[in-house]
Amino acid sequence: MEPMAILSIFVLAVFVGFEVVSKVSSTLHTPLMSGANAIHGVILVGAIIVADHSHTNLELGLSLAAIVLATINMVGGFVVTDRMLEMFKGKKKGADQ
Amino acid sequence: MSSALYDLIGLAAGVCFILALKGLSHPKTARRGNLIGAFGATVATLVVFLYVTKPADGTPAHSLPLHNLGWILGAIAVGLVIGVPAARKVQMTQMPQLVALFNGVGGGAAALVAIVEYLNLGAEATKAEVIFTVFTVVVGCVSFSGSIITFMKLQELMTTRPVVFPGGRFVIAATLAAVLGVSGWVVAALGTTPLLILAALSLLFGILFVLPVGGADVPIVISLLNAFTGLTVAASGYVLNSTLLIIAGTLVGASGTILTRLMADAMGRSLFGTLFGAFTAKPQDVAAAGEERPVRSGSPDDVAILLNYARRVVIVPGFGLAVAQAQHTVRELADLMISKGIDVAYGIHPVAGRMPGHMNVLLAEANVPYDQLAEMDEVNPTFGQTDVAIVIGANDVVNPAAKTTPGCPIYGMPILEVSNAANVIFLKRSMRPGFAGIENELLYDPKTMLLFGDAKSSLTKVVSALKAL
Repeated sequence: MEPMAILSIFVLAVFVGFEVVSKVSSTLHTPLMSGANAIHGVILVGAIIVADHSHTNLELGLSLAAIVLATINMVGGFVVTDRMLEMFKGKKKGADQ
Repeated sequence: MSSALYDLIGLAAGVCFILALKGLSHPKTARRGNLIGAFGATVATLVVFLYVTKPADGTPAHSLPLHNLGWILGAIAVGLVIGVPAARKVQMTQMPQLVALFNGVGGGAAALVAIVEYLNLGAEATKAEVIFTVFTVVVGCVSFSGSIITFMKLQELMTTRPVVFPGGRFVIAATLAAVLGVSGWVVAALGTTPLLILAALSLLFGILFVLPVGGADVPIVISLLNAFTGLTVAASGYVLNSTLLIIAGTLVGASGTILTRLMADAMGRSLFGTLFGAFTAKPQDVAAAGEERPVRSGSPDDVAILLNYARRVVIVPGFGLAVAQAQHTVRELADLMISKGIDVAYGIHPVAGRMPGHMNVLLAEANVPYDQLAEMDEVNPTFGQTDVAIVIGANDVVNPAAKTTPGCPIYGMPILEVSNAANVIFLKRSMRPGFAGIENELLYDPKTMLLFGDAKSSLTKVVSALKAL
């Protein structure tokens, strides 16, 4: 990829990241952190790609370890976030700030 | 699958993550936001199996299925078997440390991916790729080992107080210098051994970096490490040529940084002070002074009488309440008082529990009506008209030392000003100081009454005493 294209994607993503969470009540800090935590679990995609590219047993072993860890991060992260947010349901009145 | 379609689906997943973060920022849409994020991540993962990326070492892309497909699926299955039950079964009280752990393994995964890709590339790697690899390995390892330490602190497998040892600052500075030096070596010399040494040093630095952080500041560090992990994912995206990883990682890095600052603000801490203040702090010699001083302790009946004649009561729940699983009993007490015409509110400190918002989750679990939960700014002006403030398993968030004792670890943190209430009742297991490890003067105040014991059984006794009145 073009370095300039990558830089553009990076800078724009930084601004989007800043914008979407700039006003959050402290009530939601924990679920938000947990949800963001689950999102970086997509490193699983990277782990699968390097497992496919692996030539040696060492490379394969390390990339399989990465897949296990990334799966725990991603799936566990979304499940635990959902459990937290489940607690807030059914209290729609007053729940919106 | 064509490469354009693959990229397009990656872009769609990126959009899902933006919508997820946006949704998570509002109470109404939070749950949906999380599900959108999960959907995006699932789609992104499935698509990898349908498209083979070109190996970075220049060999052309092979045909489907992926190499090592069986191993890959097996590893995913192992991850599911470990991750899903952990997430489903964890007690809500222990949820912060689980989030810390999930974050740590994510950082570890990113570091491993970078190491494998580096081994794979060998001498083919460009300077830029090596620099991004080094970044990912360093930050991923710091995030991994740092998160393990925060996990141990929150799980109380080790002391929650800042761990400071003589010359600690110099050890940390020397380790950091070594990390930077070896990073330069890897970039210049391109070798597997230097990279592994770098990984080991980075793991050590992560440990040393988190050890001096006091218990109350741990959530801020978790959030910061979370942002770090996001950046490592973005850097891996560069090396692996994946737009999706760049977008997702950068989003988490940026939003995580903002969130870290918001949390620090809510706790009245400067981020710099949190990370570096403890480097210079001396361990507080707390217990010695207070041990012998008299306190006023009461019986459940005394508490019930006090409550029965109150017009306004504010309940201040803390982590101890959650540990004792007393949320439901507290609600019973509150309902009983309301039926007697007493005005009841819960005063929720932004960092009550172990993380901002943690207490809201715990009380929501016990079906406490949302409109009874008052945030700190709302409830503080009302303590003057409050007859009784009941502090249940909380300590640091009501500790006046945050206002009166410059230099103590929580100095500057906004507190719930329960000392303005006519009477203060503390439900405590013992005289042990709170998570931050600081003595609380309020316990010795003449208008304070202490009710010792497990919060749940104490509350049950108070409820039955109040019913009898």
